[in-house]
Amino acid sequence: MDDETRPGEAMPAPDRAGRDRASELTRMTAAELAAAIAGGQVSALEVTDAHLGRIDAADGQLHAFLHVAADSARAAARAVDERRAAGDVLGPLAGVPLALKDVFTTTDMPTTCASRILGRWRPPYDATVTRRLRQAGVVLLGKTNMDEFAMGSSTENSAFGPSRNPWDLARVPGGSSGGSSAAVAGFEAPLGIGTDTGGSIRQPAAVCGIVGVKPTYGGSSRYGVIAFASSLDTPGPLARTVLDAALLHEAISGHDPCDSTSVDAPVPPVVAAARQADVSGLRIGVVPELSGEGYQPGVLARFNEAVELLESLGAKIVEVSCPHFSYALPAYYLIAPSECSSNLARFDGMRYGLRAGDDGTHSAEEVMSLTRAAGFGPEVKRRIMLGTYALSSGYYDAYYGKAQQVRTLITRDFEAAFEQVDVLISPTTPTTAFPIGERADDPMAMYLADLCTIPSNLAGNAALSLPCGLAPEDGLPVGLQIMAPVLADDRVYRVAAAVEAALTQRRGGPLLDAIRGPAGLPAPVLPTTARASGHGGSSA
Amino acid sequence: MTDQATMNLVSFEDAVSRYDPLIGLETHVELGTLTKMFCGCPARFGGEPNSLVCPVCLGLPGSLPVTNRMAIEYTMKIGLALNCTIADTARFARKNYFYPDMPKDYQISQYDEPLCTDGWLDITVHDPAAGDEPRPFRVEIERVHLEEDTGKSMHVGSTGRIHGAEYSLVDYNRAGIPLVEIVTKPVAGTGALAPEVARTYVAELRDLLRALGVSDVRMEEGSLRCDVNTSLAPRGASAWGTRTETKNVNSLRSVARAVRSEIQRQAALLDAGQRVVQETRHFNEETGTTSPGRSKEEAQDYRYFPEPDLVPVAPSRDWVESVRAQLPELPGARRARLQREWGLSELDMAALRNAGALDLVAETIAAGATPADARKWWLSELLRTANKSGAELGDLPITPADVARVAQLVDSGVVNDRLAREVIEGVLAGEGTPDEVVTGRGLVVVSDDTALTAAVDEAIAAHPDVAEKIRSGKVAAAGALVGAVMKATGGKADASRVRELILGRLS
Repeated sequence: MDDETRPGEAMPAPDRAGRDRASELTRMTAAELAAAIAGGQVSALEVTDAHLGRIDAADGQLHAFLHVAADSARAAARAVDERRAAGDVLGPLAGVPLALKDVFTTTDMPTTCASRILGRWRPPYDATVTRRLRQAGVVLLGKTNMDEFAMGSSTENSAFGPSRNPWDLARVPGGSSGGSSAAVAGFEAPLGIGTDTGGSIRQPAAVCGIVGVKPTYGGSSRYGVIAFASSLDTPGPLARTVLDAALLHEAISGHDPCDSTSVDAPVPPVVAAARQADVSGLRIGVVPELSGEGYQPGVLARFNEAVELLESLGAKIVEVSCPHFSYALPAYYLIAPSECSSNLARFDGMRYGLRAGDDGTHSAEEVMSLTRAAGFGPEVKRRIMLGTYALSSGYYDAYYGKAQQVRTLITRDFEAAFEQVDVLISPTTPTTAFPIGERADDPMAMYLADLCTIPSNLAGNAALSLPCGLAPEDGLPVGLQIMAPVLADDRVYRVAAAVEAALTQRRGGPLLDAIRGPAGLPAPVLPTTARASGHGGSSA
Repeated sequence: MTDQATMNLVSFEDAVSRYDPLIGLETHVELGTLTKMFCGCPARFGGEPNSLVCPVCLGLPGSLPVTNRMAIEYTMKIGLALNCTIADTARFARKNYFYPDMPKDYQISQYDEPLCTDGWLDITVHDPAAGDEPRPFRVEIERVHLEEDTGKSMHVGSTGRIHGAEYSLVDYNRAGIPLVEIVTKPVAGTGALAPEVARTYVAELRDLLRALGVSDVRMEEGSLRCDVNTSLAPRGASAWGTRTETKNVNSLRSVARAVRSEIQRQAALLDAGQRVVQETRHFNEETGTTSPGRSKEEAQDYRYFPEPDLVPVAPSRDWVESVRAQLPELPGARRARLQREWGLSELDMAALRNAGALDLVAETIAAGATPADARKWWLSELLRTANKSGAELGDLPITPADVARVAQLVDSGVVNDRLAREVIEGVLAGEGTPDEVVTGRGLVVVSDDTALTAAVDEAIAAHPDVAEKIRSGKVAAAGALVGAVMKATGGKADASRVRELILGRLS
């Protein structure tokens, strides 16, 4: 921890008075920025520079980015400005900056998965999500920190050091997509992309007070996402508003012939749903298995208020039991490690990335072994070993096989529940953001952070986390999770937008305005000189 | 060590008189699809090392496989031709093991849910112990499944294997080429015919695959690779013995030799009261024997599990039936039909097959030759030439149409058999078409009486004693005079006309 960082110290939001045009730009939503760029009120380059300036000022403390690509970001922004000047009709996110999790391949930036094992590898191809973002004119500011290979709930498993929560720099921003959530909550970018395998978008969104969505599995392409657990990994958006999340959701979604598990169906109308913001007549189910003992009182208090709010908005609230959800965590910790043990086998030092022991005295087998010992962090090794064991002959049926049966039962729980209600709701996480280091040596405690999010990964349905206030005891954000059936992603947006509108009205402004702390950070300024790309991490 | 010591102790005949062999074959076939199994790279043999690759077949982080529909269809074709059941749902699985030529350190294969199961292939072998009596065998097929091929390693160093290599080079051009594995059930009751049954099965399978057009089935290039399982049980025993799996069996001849050598080796071990170790063995083409590879008893656990990157393959019944409807006439049925049409014996047909001349003969007949002529030319003159140069019949620079033309030239009396051989020689030497060779070499038979009469008179004058015999009625003696005329005309005379002229003069 930095000497200057004291517990409780937060990352102040950029000056709200609006005297500084750059800080005003970093406070705007993606939808507002896109409209301003399209309308010629501001150039995409100015917007990008404002965010690069904010990263310059804030990322030394947040450590959200492993790599900042200032030059290519400016080039992408200029291209949008040129297209506008040429009279092209710009897309709904053209010119909007974005923080991309370092698990997506990019041809013009390193891709590390926050691991040492990838060394200086430069992917020769763009992930489908990367490609679609570029096509949409979205400006990629850089690659964000994460737990190594997306395994973790805090970014503490990053080989390059943890990111910090803008609400309290001594606390984790969640994980594994914690770099992206810290960047969005810390006003370094209006949009972020993460991947959600067991909650890795929703949990960091919840503890950072922003919106995070796990689309239906297969709704967004995994091509170019460095796999953790193939049957669970789902790319999705992080944003400060429900509408921004929906715009980004739509931009990255749709069938991809390069991903066999990609859904060949129309993208659910998420943007329209986010604008609808109406829950009257909707049937909403509260899952009793996802609350109660072990949940922080402030989390439950804010959740219960959200339930009352929904009822007051005209929704019909019922309790719907999902009895097998209690087995979701153990099933997940067999399935995900099993798949990861196989997915991560290719990192053997033979073709790319780190190679250890290549001094002429070791056999190929020994080089593989030495490379993996040197290149993977402890949590990755733990999961590879768990998975290798679970798939072993003689244990397969008892572990992997049984876990798949549990997975089926959980899917059936959802199906039965969605016969009674339109969406299910729960807290996103049992607690608010925990202090850095608190759970680092206790894997089980860390795993519990994903207790409420894992069922939707196992069943593949859509789920969203929305900030629903601050826990009274620690003043930290609480997430409300909204779950909808497979391919009914629009429903989570519809409900979230209604809650967001009501809460914003009640508060008199966005939740992130509540980030208060000593002014320990320099005020954001417009950078006047081009910065060399490369920032933080070891990847510069 | 003990391997070599025991090798020659038991003759094959002795071994099979006291032990019942049980054989099984696993055949890998590289499919001739345009693109690889899970990506769009060309599925081509050769090419600069690592030139036919992309992120998917290199297994780069983040890349994902997409199943090649044509490979599924080809596999179904094979399954249907082998009388298999095509599964409603088949699934790919990951076979996990670390090896430098495996881009992902797992192979996408099929495990407990293969595409095709439970079929058979009928073969006929000729039993030399029973006067080459044809003996039919039904080889039952357990499964036909689809997987991806690995890259190719080249280990530089004294051993030629990865252990002890100075360094190794890997070419991933082959990685991801669709590979079909055809696994038989154990074949019992073959006795002394075990090597021949194994060889004939692979030959029949090769012909079948070629007829289906799904692979170029070149064993020497590795597009057809064979592993042979062999075990022995004492005659009449109810339990099977421990099996070995012999790899690196790269020709039809080697298949038979590998079985034969394993039978002898295992018999020697069993005779000596030792046990057969379940293991993978390598076949050595030079010695014709096998040597131990990796022991299966300490073999790794492949940790198979369903491939989560791919959805299950669920071929619709319509698709299966349309593939079935497209199946060509299969080799067994075709041979039976041709034998009937051509009026050839079982042994003639077997000889044609063994020489790889079946298609050539069929094409020659189609070009106008009689079955007898077509068979005669390909199996005599041309087979001799091919054997002499070690070439395949089909690789000789002569077409079935050329052969048919030669037969026609003989038939119409333009050339005789002896000249016809010279015509063929000329065609093979690149002197042109049969007609061009006839003209070029001046090979036309002389049947012009004026020219022949002079030669006949000379022969009669030179052999008065023979002429006298003929005059006195010994017509058979005319042969000597015909020979003399042929010699004098450089073999170009029409022999039957010469004979007529001689008999006319001396009657």
